[in-house]
Amino acid sequence: MRKLGAVAATGVVLLVLALAGWMRAPLPAAQGGATISGKVKFTGAKPTMPKIDMTEEPKCKAKYTAAPPTDEAVVVNANGTLADVFVYVKAGLPESYKAPAPAGPVTLDQDGCRYHPHVLGILVGQQLAIKNSDGILHNIKAKGTKNRPFNISQPTVMTSDRTFTAPEVMVPLECNVHGWMHAWLGVLPHPFFAVSGSDGSFTIKGLPPGTYTVEAWQERYGTQTATVTVAGSETKTADFTFAAK
Amino acid sequence: MISALLLLALRAAPFPIPLSPFPVQDTTRGKAVYVKWCAGCHGDGGAGDGAAAAHMLPRPRNFTGAIYKIRTTASGQLPTDADLMRAIDEGLSGSAMPAWKGRLSDAERRDVVAYIKTFSAFFADTSQHVAALKFSSEPSGATGATALKTGRQFYDSIGCRKCHGDQGRGDGPSAPTLKDDAGFPILAADLHQSWRFRGGGSAVEIYHRLRTGLDGTPMPSFSDLIDQKFLTDEQLWRLAQYVRSLSPPEPPEVRDVIHAPQIVGPTPVSPDDSTWARVGRYWFPLVGQVVRKGRWFAPAVTGVWVQGVHDGHTLALRVSWDDRTQSPDSAWLPFEQRVLETVAGDDSGPPKAEPWPDQLAVQFPRRLPESPAGMERPYFLMGSETDPVYQWRWTSSSRKSVAGLARGIDRFDTLPGAVAAQASFDHGEWRLVFTRALATPDTANEVQLAAGRAIPVAFFAWDGSSGEHGSRMAVSTWYFLALDRPTPPGVFISPVLAMLVTLGLGLVVVRRAQRRGARHIS
Repeated sequence: MRKLGAVAATGVVLLVLALAGWMRAPLPAAQGGATISGKVKFTGAKPTMPKIDMTEEPKCKAKYTAAPPTDEAVVVNANGTLADVFVYVKAGLPESYKAPAPAGPVTLDQDGCRYHPHVLGILVGQQLAIKNSDGILHNIKAKGTKNRPFNISQPTVMTSDRTFTAPEVMVPLECNVHGWMHAWLGVLPHPFFAVSGSDGSFTIKGLPPGTYTVEAWQERYGTQTATVTVAGSETKTADFTFAAK
Repeated sequence: MISALLLLALRAAPFPIPLSPFPVQDTTRGKAVYVKWCAGCHGDGGAGDGAAAAHMLPRPRNFTGAIYKIRTTASGQLPTDADLMRAIDEGLSGSAMPAWKGRLSDAERRDVVAYIKTFSAFFADTSQHVAALKFSSEPSGATGATALKTGRQFYDSIGCRKCHGDQGRGDGPSAPTLKDDAGFPILAADLHQSWRFRGGGSAVEIYHRLRTGLDGTPMPSFSDLIDQKFLTDEQLWRLAQYVRSLSPPEPPEVRDVIHAPQIVGPTPVSPDDSTWARVGRYWFPLVGQVVRKGRWFAPAVTGVWVQGVHDGHTLALRVSWDDRTQSPDSAWLPFEQRVLETVAGDDSGPPKAEPWPDQLAVQFPRRLPESPAGMERPYFLMGSETDPVYQWRWTSSSRKSVAGLARGIDRFDTLPGAVAAQASFDHGEWRLVFTRALATPDTANEVQLAAGRAIPVAFFAWDGSSGEHGSRMAVSTWYFLALDRPTPPGVFISPVLAMLVTLGLGLVVVRRAQRRGARHIS
């Protein structure tokens, strides 16, 4: 009798757990969902970025006919906003959230002795295609701490593929032949990230309903966070403002 | 009694066949070894920040990131246990890391490997793939002209010269900008000193480094190039063999006496005179000046090659050394600043980088000991107030040299009697020739260079672009210079005479024997 009771109780508990699990089950992320968008603003004096001397690499230098290349640590747009800010969902996704299988590769191009893009995001397990369009020697070194670092040589036009195993914001990428070449890679377990563009705006789409910590990361000015709650397919705004230092 | 029985039983028990090369590792015992022998440099927490670390360049390994230069695994992979063991057993040449084989037992070294791995979570992460690359074996014909030409071709085409320089002395255009992963300044290896390569200087080891890269440093892996058919495995071997060919076949042996042969004059005054190619050269290692305040733990010049010849009247002494810069060189000023900020001296704060020149000094006693067997010499570190030394000093800013008396590091008084010097700088190498008359009028202060005597000599070098000046320098101990007397003609003639006499006597004996034989027959 006691035994039967125990079995029944276990059954009930399991049922409740299963129900709870079903109720908390993640919603399919990609289709529909909510959107968080906003602008990354900038206040204070626009910093002067040092010019990059590419005399050693005439092939690269020749690609900058209009104006000499400058350091990309802070890119202030024409409308006074900031480009190259990595905005991503830092927390708030249900633990059971399952990221979609990573699609095609993300490409990082070395062109004119600079990385294009300068800031980019990638999913864990997704392929990073590292392309050398310059055809001169670059080495590409990833200096993650949660991901294993690597350093490979690309002396010619070629593409090398690498993947990353652990979430990490950010993995610094650099070329040691050209000390000015830096890129930043955000590795995330989900696709809810964006990089602010030439008008300072960003859009993160397809979010399941919930309350999220959204972080904006800037190479020089560090991070800022906002808490945003979204439901259904609504769009919420989250603006960030970085001040000159 | 029971415990003794237990022990016996345990001993008798069959041990499982080991799967890993180091099956019985004990991190507790490893920690004890680590704390005693390793923590002083590598730090209690393995972060490469022990008490001595601040004085070192390169810095001791930080184990917390599990990033290792010398591996047999692909770039980005963890090292194998055997890789870690190799670094401990053999040390890392050209760095402060000594070889521990023979100092620590096999068990101690195995245990410390296990303990070092506990500093990083990567080693406990079973998803990490750790496998040594499958290396091909070295193709033959390593030193053939075609092989070396192929190697050189790839040295150029894959951009080695960007960091290592056109002639491989670590003086490429990107060299002054190089940093390691921790942000410390790092030098591109001088490929003419393979005995200082961290992972060993053989062609095989160089090939392995080309395949794996040196993680944590700017040196990348070239394995992708083989995968992408940019070059073949054999061509990468040729590159390794070319790099190997830049250094002497054997690491230089330190011999105490420089033999300066006598030649038919005049003695060469130019550093690029063809005479020097025919004269033996002698290697003298230099170390940082750490005896006196204003210490310097990271000397840029790690040794000098010395050659001497004389013609019975004049001595010519050629000193050659590798130096990435012809200082002062403004391109290297930021590097100098980073070196000064990285290597702690005993100053209150790091000095500011300044455009110092390169310098070299050759030191002699003022007078040779009275008795030819006398061995008394002044203090090696530039003499003392009461017992000065006679020095030749040369500087790259004026390209001029002076002779004078040093009374310790801080005091140098120029003498009227000069020493001539000519220098050339060529792709990261200084070649400097001093010439002086063997006998000079000032016999009280200027060493009289006599043939057949052991003349004490010592060397000092400064690399301005590493912030070296004054007491921040590289020093040697006393060695000897011997001006060889010309070989008396008798030495050559007597063996020939002896041979002729022997031949003559032999002929006589043979003749006699033949005559006797002829008589018997008839």
